[in-house]
Order: sequence, then structure tokens, then C-alpha cells
Amino acid sequence: MDAIATFFRLIWELGVYLFTVVPDLLPIILALATPLALGALCGVLNERSGVVNIGIEGIMLMAAFFAYLTGFALHSAVGPGASIALGILVAIIVGGLLGLAHAWLTVSVRADQIIAGTMMNIAAFGVTGYLNRLIITPSGLGGAGVIAPFHLPDAVANLPIAGPVLVMFFDQGPIAMSVLFIVIALQFALFRTRWGLRTRAVGEHPKAADTVGIDVYRQRYLNVILGCGLAGLAGAFLTLESTGSFQNGMTNGRGFIALAAMIFGRWTPIGAFAGALLFGTATALGVVVSIRVPEGDLGNIMRSIPSNWYAALPYLMTIVILAGVVGRSTPPAADGVAYVKEGKG
Amino acid sequence: MSRLRQAARRIWRVASIPLLAIVLAFIVAAFVIVISSVFTSTGLDVFLPLGAYGSLLAGAFGSGTGIVNTLVAAAPLILGGLAVGLGFKAGLFNIGVAGQFLVGAFAAAVVGARLADSPTVLAAPAAMVAGALGGAAFGFIPGFLKARTGAHEVVTTIMLNNAAVLLLTWAVNDLVRAPGFSFPRTGEIGNSALPVLLPRNLHLGIPLAVLFVFAVRWLLDRTTIGFEIRTVGQNPNAARYAGMRPVFVTTLTMTLSGLLAGIAGAIQMLGVIGFYAPGITASVGFDSIAVALLGRSDPIGILFAAILFGAFRAGAPLMQIETSVPIEIIDIIQALVILFLAADLIVRRVFRVRSTKPVISELATVARTWAGGTPPGGAT
Amino acid sequence: MGDQPPVLEMRGITKRFPTGTLANDAIDLEVRPGEIHALLGENGAGKSTLMNILYGLVTPDAGEIRIDGQPVTIHDPADAIARGIGMVHQHFMLIPVLAVAENVVLGQEIVRPGGILDLGEAAARINLLAKKLGFDIDPSSKIEELSVGQQQRVEILKAIYRNARILVLDEPTAVLTPQETREIFEVLRRLRAEGASIIFISHKLDEVLEIADRITVIRRGKVVGSRRPAETNANDLAELMVGRAVSLRVDRGRSHPGASMLEVTGLRAKNDRGQDALQGIDLSVRAGEIVGIAGVAGNGQEELVEALIGLRKPTGGTIRLGGHDLTSASVDRRRDRGMAFVPADRHKYGLVLTYPLDDNLALTRYGDPPFAGGFAGIIRNFRAIAENAIRLMKEFDIRAPDPKVPAGTLSGGNQQKVVVAREFRHDLKLLVLDQPTRGLDVGSIEFIHKQVIGRRDGGAAVLLISAELDEVLDLSDRVLVMFRGRIVGTFPAEEAQREKVGLLMATGGARA
Repeated sequence: MDAIATFFRLIWELGVYLFTVVPDLLPIILALATPLALGALCGVLNERSGVVNIGIEGIMLMAAFFAYLTGFALHSAVGPGASIALGILVAIIVGGLLGLAHAWLTVSVRADQIIAGTMMNIAAFGVTGYLNRLIITPSGLGGAGVIAPFHLPDAVANLPIAGPVLVMFFDQGPIAMSVLFIVIALQFALFRTRWGLRTRAVGEHPKAADTVGIDVYRQRYLNVILGCGLAGLAGAFLTLESTGSFQNGMTNGRGFIALAAMIFGRWTPIGAFAGALLFGTATALGVVVSIRVPEGDLGNIMRSIPSNWYAALPYLMTIVILAGVVGRSTPPAADGVAYVKEGKG
Repeated sequence: MSRLRQAARRIWRVASIPLLAIVLAFIVAAFVIVISSVFTSTGLDVFLPLGAYGSLLAGAFGSGTGIVNTLVAAAPLILGGLAVGLGFKAGLFNIGVAGQFLVGAFAAAVVGARLADSPTVLAAPAAMVAGALGGAAFGFIPGFLKARTGAHEVVTTIMLNNAAVLLLTWAVNDLVRAPGFSFPRTGEIGNSALPVLLPRNLHLGIPLAVLFVFAVRWLLDRTTIGFEIRTVGQNPNAARYAGMRPVFVTTLTMTLSGLLAGIAGAIQMLGVIGFYAPGITASVGFDSIAVALLGRSDPIGILFAAILFGAFRAGAPLMQIETSVPIEIIDIIQALVILFLAADLIVRRVFRVRSTKPVISELATVARTWAGGTPPGGAT
Repeated sequence: MGDQPPVLEMRGITKRFPTGTLANDAIDLEVRPGEIHALLGENGAGKSTLMNILYGLVTPDAGEIRIDGQPVTIHDPADAIARGIGMVHQHFMLIPVLAVAENVVLGQEIVRPGGILDLGEAAARINLLAKKLGFDIDPSSKIEELSVGQQQRVEILKAIYRNARILVLDEPTAVLTPQETREIFEVLRRLRAEGASIIFISHKLDEVLEIADRITVIRRGKVVGSRRPAETNANDLAELMVGRAVSLRVDRGRSHPGASMLEVTGLRAKNDRGQDALQGIDLSVRAGEIVGIAGVAGNGQEELVEALIGLRKPTGGTIRLGGHDLTSASVDRRRDRGMAFVPADRHKYGLVLTYPLDDNLALTRYGDPPFAGGFAGIIRNFRAIAENAIRLMKEFDIRAPDPKVPAGTLSGGNQQKVVVAREFRHDLKLLVLDQPTRGLDVGSIEFIHKQVIGRRDGGAAVLLISAELDEVLDLSDRVLVMFRGRIVGTFPAEEAQREKVGLLMATGGARA
């Protein structure tokens, strides 16, 4: 009986603890979720048009590197603000170009989509590692700097209840803040515009779209390039807004967690964003627990869990969520299937 | 004479695209080397690729040590390639070889250290079995999840790779750290080390890996289990209709795939590394994918592809020392090889070859089950 | 009418596919304004290829297309639509998860500034068109919620919305009941009255004779004749279509039913979307009897077949074969008990196209002796597999160079023979046939029908499921009608008239 009572007391204490750390959690969730959300939106745009892209990880990494390289190379020439802005632009362009490559491979050449994505990941790992060793390491120069986050006036931030929520979304860097708007814009565009209808059509039944005169290839190219531009923005976030430096393989599986967030969100922008926030929260919890250790038995238990377990939490959560959600959500019907125009040529 | 020519033609039909893909990859990588030489202190050097490839070749085959190093590097790639290739046969893409390799290496290191003082005939096999089982268990998880819930192995295995690194670090720190060392690591493996057959560490793991090539080939070609694996890979619906159980076959294949990757980790641990410490990284993971694709997921093809990539890995350090071309050029070459295999159209256009088989037909199943609402062939 | 200049002329249309098949060999076709022009031919004769060329889906190797006397080039469907050509494909080009309105306007959307869809305006226009054609369709319902007949109307709406003057319908009646067929004929006549030209593709002689103003017959990619319905009859057309005299009726002979073999009671199952697809099926099949199940596609036939094969778990009821309860038995066990299945989709279920013939001919018994043995019974016996292949290829006249060629290289008819040869074993107790002749030429159909009757006379129980009412009526000794997951009627062969069965298929009861 005692054991049961203790168990419930611990659960209760955990609830109280989680409630008390909410103000600590909220400000860091969005930043942790941003690369995941942008990556997941990339996945949504790609897969809604019927192209599977598991190379988001690599695209993020490549964009992160070139964003950093730009910021780093132009830092003294054009000043920190301009070099970072250019860095972000370069990241989006790199993302778009890699998207073009992925679209060409999967849509025109009809290479296997999974293999094309794998190739992208390996290539990104190799190219960034190669150039990092060749250019950045020997230069011995410092970082590219980071974007200063925007701060809400204290009067707003200290508002009861609304304050922490506002801080969560608006006491952030520009890329993190832009995510919210991108999500809403894409949600509207996907379900209310001509572009969105055509995107869904080519992802569900490309031949039907073809027979009413829609250019399936063009629509897929457009979506893959746009989406990968967003993945590029995620890369810029990692180096220019979050850490201010580049390390080999720094994306650390985020591109794949993003895919899980996309599936969790049932291929909708808002759902994918919710999924990204969920993963952001899990990661944030690991951070907060080490800063604000709870008191008493609960504290002892939570302290006794090694930090590596907290670090592994998002990865394990991805697996659990995939296993729990996948069977209950339906991907676009033509997802991953190249469209062949029979009898052409 | 004509029979010889016929045989040559048959081999060319199968091997032309992979071989030409490698040639093309080296050509493109040469451009990368030349262009990137601009950014170095020496400035533009058009002949750098020749020097770099020369050193690569010299490092891999230029001496007895080089050849042994190539074979030592090839052994885990053979097994890793078989692991990925077996998965392909069932329409599964095991990107988790890296994680299964680490778990296998860790299990072999722990058991090996325990039995360090036992006779080798006992200790080495026991450590090998531990590695194999560790890898198998780590392959079972994504296989079972795919079969039961449809969670795609491409995502789950990558996540398990990341989790494995963190959790094994914790295990070495907190569970099995050997006393007397300044950093966390497992104990000496002593007698559990694989016997060395020839000087300079040509260890028993190498013939063992070759043995598995024929074992996997036998399994796939001669047994009903192999037939089931291949049928599920080619057409999961027909497999169910024929009375096969895709749930079982998918789970079994991923487990066997993990087993092979685990053995790869074990032989690397017991034949080369000797102890497990956090920070051990496994380039075997991605290399194995390239090997399996290059070998067209055929065991014999994988054997040759693994030796080739073993040579790259063995020769690359000398290349970096002598020519300052970063070792990561191997990753780039690897990505290019995969690119040209996936888009074999490019190879056909460039070299004007015709009428060869598609690289791996089961790959279509990998993409088709992507995030699919139902596991391969639907749930029963 | 005959004096009017043709609205559409196709001259010397030739198309050879990369596989080597000459699908169209210098075909000429002329369609006049306000006529219903039937294109008659067997499966695989080249009718669909010709129409796909007209619609810009296939590029011809040679030939000329003229519309209103002007030569035109049609690169893609957008060109075809712009020239006033509309097409209703045999497999509907509708997106199941989207609404009717979204499907109709797709590609020619009504938008407000900024590319924002105006679905309200779209719905209003669709309602207007639907009223004109006499359709009752809610523009906001999703395609997947509609019946096959309604989906076909959405396809016609799509074409009319795009102002089609030349409307092509590819085998439009294949999936309809006789009543629905009559209704669609009414719609076609109404469109003709308004001046539209209609190309009606079919292989059904009586329908062609009923609806067409002119009939062009195609055989093996060539035009072999052109007739007016008044000048010809079914036998003449059949001979023209097949190239030899054919008996239009299957000679079924007399059946001698024995003891009850298959007993299905109260069978229930859900479909993939979790809805109740089978709501208590009761049926029995006796040895030496062919029982046919008629019904409009999508009334639970697919789920019934899968439940019988063992691919779908029943949620209630029992399946018994010769006294053994097989309700939850594995596919394997059912086969051991003497069940065999010819699936509707041979590419999806019946064959592994990349495998050689010999493996395909042993596919469903790969683990049984003599095909496997040795250690733990897992060693494959290649000699037995090869011998089996050679024997079956001879017995079933499967035309292939040798047993090692991949099944995918065979013609559709030969592929189906591979499935049939494998499934028609000698120890057969129950044979489940799901659309066994879909898409085949007359020769293959005759062959397979003969084999089925042969197995029946050999004492096997046969259950035939087909959306082709004619096939069910031709072959069955007893006809059951399936409607919304239930068996709603049983007719002995001699009482199963097309109209009666068709009415039950459409309404599910005598009330309507």
C-alpha cells in the first residue's frame, strides 16, 4: 500500500514540479522547436506533392555550414548585421538549390526517393566536413556572431499568464519568430488556394491531375524547392541564431525528428508545428531539469537519471510517437511514387 | 573462347553500372579537389587529384601493411554491407547499422573483458556471440515496430543510432567502467581477442566475414526463408496471398540484419579496437549502405564492394598526410557513387551503356511503405 | 447527319510501345457532330491507346488529327481540353479525399485575387450544370463517399465544365448495373441532342448496338470495319471483333451438385477505413456447383474475398469448409484444406512479376513437399520446381520461351493462365475466383471458362465473384446478389434474368 501511496505522491509532485517550471520551459521551447518545425514544414510541402525527402537532415546541415561560412567570411567586410542577413539568404538559396537537385533526381530522373535522400545526407556530411577541415579550421578565425533576440518590454513579459506565453513566441530571434507566421501562411495556402489544391492533387493522384492539364512535374519541383528553402532556413537558425558556430554533423538527427513531427501532424503545417513543439518541450525538459532540480524524493529520482537519458529522450520519443501514430494517419496516396507519363516520347 | 566471352558479357551486364559509377564519382571528386584547392595556402593545383588518388592507392595496396589494412577495414564492411543488403532484399532499409554495430561492439567488449582470462577458444566465440546477439536485439526493435505498427525503419533506426551513442556512453560511464584508466572505457579483452592469422593484424574476423557472404547467399537462394524474404521485398501483397507472414519475415529480416551488423561490431572490437570508450564512431554505418548499393545487394557483389571501400578507408590517412586533401573526400566519393547508382540514367548517358538491370528492384518497396498507414502487406 | 463535315478526324494513327507492341496500326477514325460513335474491340485491341492519343496522354509515332477540318497537335491533356475534348477514363481520374467541387474545378479553378479558391462559386456552377444534365450531386461531398455510378457522373460533369464538345467514354458501363447503364445512355442521348459528339468505347455488343449511331471495329490495332447498327447484328460484330466465329454463350452443361462444401454463416468484417463492410453474410457452395456473386463494385465483395482467403480478419461469423472451421485459420492452412484462389489483381496478388515462371508456378506452395524439403524442410528443391513448371506450362498452354523468363514479360492472358494453372490443383475442394477474366482477350476468356467448368464437373465447389454481370450470369449455376455487405437475393441460373438481378444489385431489395 505504501508503495502505491508513494507512487501517487511522486506523480503529484511531478505534476507540481512541471507546473512550476513552465515559466522556465516556455522561453526555450520555441527555439528548440524551430529547426524541427521548419524541417517538418519542408517535409509537408514535399510529401503533400508526392515526394519523400529524407535528406532534410543533410540539407539543413549544408545550409547551416554555408550560412556560417558567409557570416564568417563577410563578418569584417560588411559588418555583423549585414553578414548575418546575407548568411540567412545564402542558407535559403543553398536549401533551394539542393531542393532542385532532389526534385531533379526524384521527379525527372525517377531515382529512388529514399536513396536520393540518403545520398543527400552522406554528401552533406562529407562536403561540410571536407570544407570545414579545409577552410574554417586552418583560418583560426572566430565565429560569425549570432542574431540578437528580440526582447519584449518587461511590462508585457510580466503580465500574468499571458506574459510567459507572449515571451514564448515573441521574446525570440527573428527566425524563430517567423516560424509562427510561416506555419499559418502555409496552412492557409495548402487548403484554401489554387496552389494548395494542385499540390494536394499531385500528391494524391498525379495522373488525375495530369488529365486535367496540371503539370505534375512543375508542381512537384516547385514544392520541393520551396520546402527545401525552409530546411535551409532551419540550417541558418542552427548556426546564426542558436549557436554561432559550426560543428561537423551538428544537425544531430533533427531532420529525422522533423519527419516524425510531420507524420505526427498528419501532413498539415499546424499539426507538424504542434509535433515540433512537443519535441521541443521534451528537449527543454532535459535542460530545465538539470538547472532546477526539484526537492525531496522526486528530486532524488530525477537527479539519479543520468543526463544521457535525458539527452536520448527526444530520439526515443520519436520512435514511440511513430509507432503510436503512423498506423492511424494516412499519408498522401502517391507519396514516394514517381510519376511516369506512359507512352510519351 | 565464345563461352569466355559470354561469361564476360554476363559479368559486364551486372557490373558495368557499378564500375562506371565509381569511375564517374572519382572524376567528379577530382573537380571538387581542384576547385577547393583554391582555398588552401598552396593555391589552385590542377594536378592535386592525381597526387591524392596516387597516395590513396599507395596507402591501400602499396605495401603488405596497406593490403592487410585494406582487408581489416573491409571485414566489418562486408558484414555491414550484408546487413544492409539483406534488408534491401526484404524491402527494408536498415540505416541503423551504425547503432547495431556499436551495440555489438559494446556487448563484445563487455563480455570479452569478463572472459579476458579464459582460454581463447571459449572467450572469443562467447564475446562474438554476445556482439551478434546485441546487434540482433537492436535490429529486432525497428523490425518489430515496422511489422506491427508501420513505423518506418528509416526514421526509427536513425533515432536508435543517436540513442545508442548516448546510452552506451552512459553505460560505459556508470555501469561497466574499468578501474585504473584516466578515461571511461571497458577493460582489457585479453584472451578474447581474435587470433591473428598473419603478421600485422590479419585477424580471424576477415575469413569469418567472407564465410558469412556465402551463408547469406545460401540463405537467400536455397532456402524457403530466403524465398520468403525476397518475395516480401518484391511484392508484399503476393507474399501474404501466398501464405507468407510479412510481419514475421520483416521482424526476422531486421533481426538478422542487426545480427550481421552486431558481428561486424564484434570483430572490429575483438580484432582491432580492443576496448569500448565513448566517442567511438562508426563510419561503417553509411559505408555499408554504399557497399550494399554498389554490390546490388548481392552477397558476392557486396564482397567486392566492401574490399573497395575498405581500400578507401585504409588509404585515406596517407592521402591526407601527403597531399592535405581532407579524409572526408571519401564521404563525398561515397555520396557520388550512391548518386550515380540511384540515378543510373546519368551513368548510361555519360558512358552510353545500354540494357543493364536496375540497381535494386526491391527499393521500390522501401519507398512504398514510407509512413504507410499499414505495415507491408497490411495488418493481420 | 451523314453529310455534315466531321468534327474529328484521325488519320493513319500509329503507335508502337517500347515493349514492341504495335498498339495502333494506321488507324482512321471519323466522328461527326451530334453522333454517338462506338469504338468496338476486344481488350487489348488498341481502343484505349487511340483515345489516349486523342487526349494527349500518349504521343503517336505517326498520324494526323483534325478538329473541324483543321490539323491540330495535341501535346498534353491541356491541349485536348482547350480543343473541346473531354474524357471519362475507365479507371476514374478522381481524387478520393477531395470534394466533388474540388475535383471538378481542378486545373481550371475559380479564384479570387491572390490565387484563393472560390469554392462557393464553383459549387453554384456545378449545381447549375448538374441540373441541366439531371444529376443529383452534392458538390461538397467527398468522392470516396460516392457510389461508382455517382463518381461517373462527376467525371461527366468535369468534362462538361470544361466545355467538351467531343466526349470520350472508355468502357463506361463496365461497372454499372443494367439500370444505371440505361440512365447513362439517357444522359448521352441528351448530350447528343445538344450537339455534342460522343465516342463510346466498349466490347459489349448489345450495348453498342443499342446506343451507337455508327460503330468502328478495331482488332489488333487495326480498323477492321465500320457499320451502322441497322446494317449489322451481334454475331456479325463478334466475328469482326475477334476475327473468327465465336459462340457468344458459354456452354455450361448440366451441373451435378453434391454435398455442401463451403458454409459461410453470419460473416462480418470491416474495411480498411474501419467501416462494417460485411454485415452478416450467409452463403453455401456445394461440390460440383458454380455459385456466382453479382453486385456493384464496392459492396463488400473485396472484403468477402479477403476474408475467405484469410487476408482479412472477420469480426464475426464462421467459415467452414467440408466441416472444418477455418474462420481464423491462416492462409496456409486454408490451402492445405483444399482452398484455392484466383485473385482479381494478378499483378498485385497473383504473381511476382520479377520472378521466373517456375517460381510463380510454385508460389503458393513454395514451402510444401516436393518444392521444399531437407533440413527442417526449408531447403528448396529446384528440380521439383522446374518439373512442375514444365508440366503446367504444357497442360495450360502457357506461351513462354522457357520456365526461367520473368512473369512480367508475358502477355496478360498468359499471366492469368499462370495463376490459374497454379491454383487449379487436382486435390481442389473450393475454388474462389475473383474477376478471373478481367482485361483478357476472348481466346483466354474462353480457355479459362472451360477450365472452370472442367473443375466444377470434377467435383470442386466454385465461388465466382465478378463486377461483370454477364460473366456471373454466363457461368453460374446459382446467382447471389450482394448489396451493402449483405446477400440480398438468390436465383437459380434459369431464373436469373439480367433485369431482375440488375435491379437487386442497384437497390438491394424489391421495394424500389
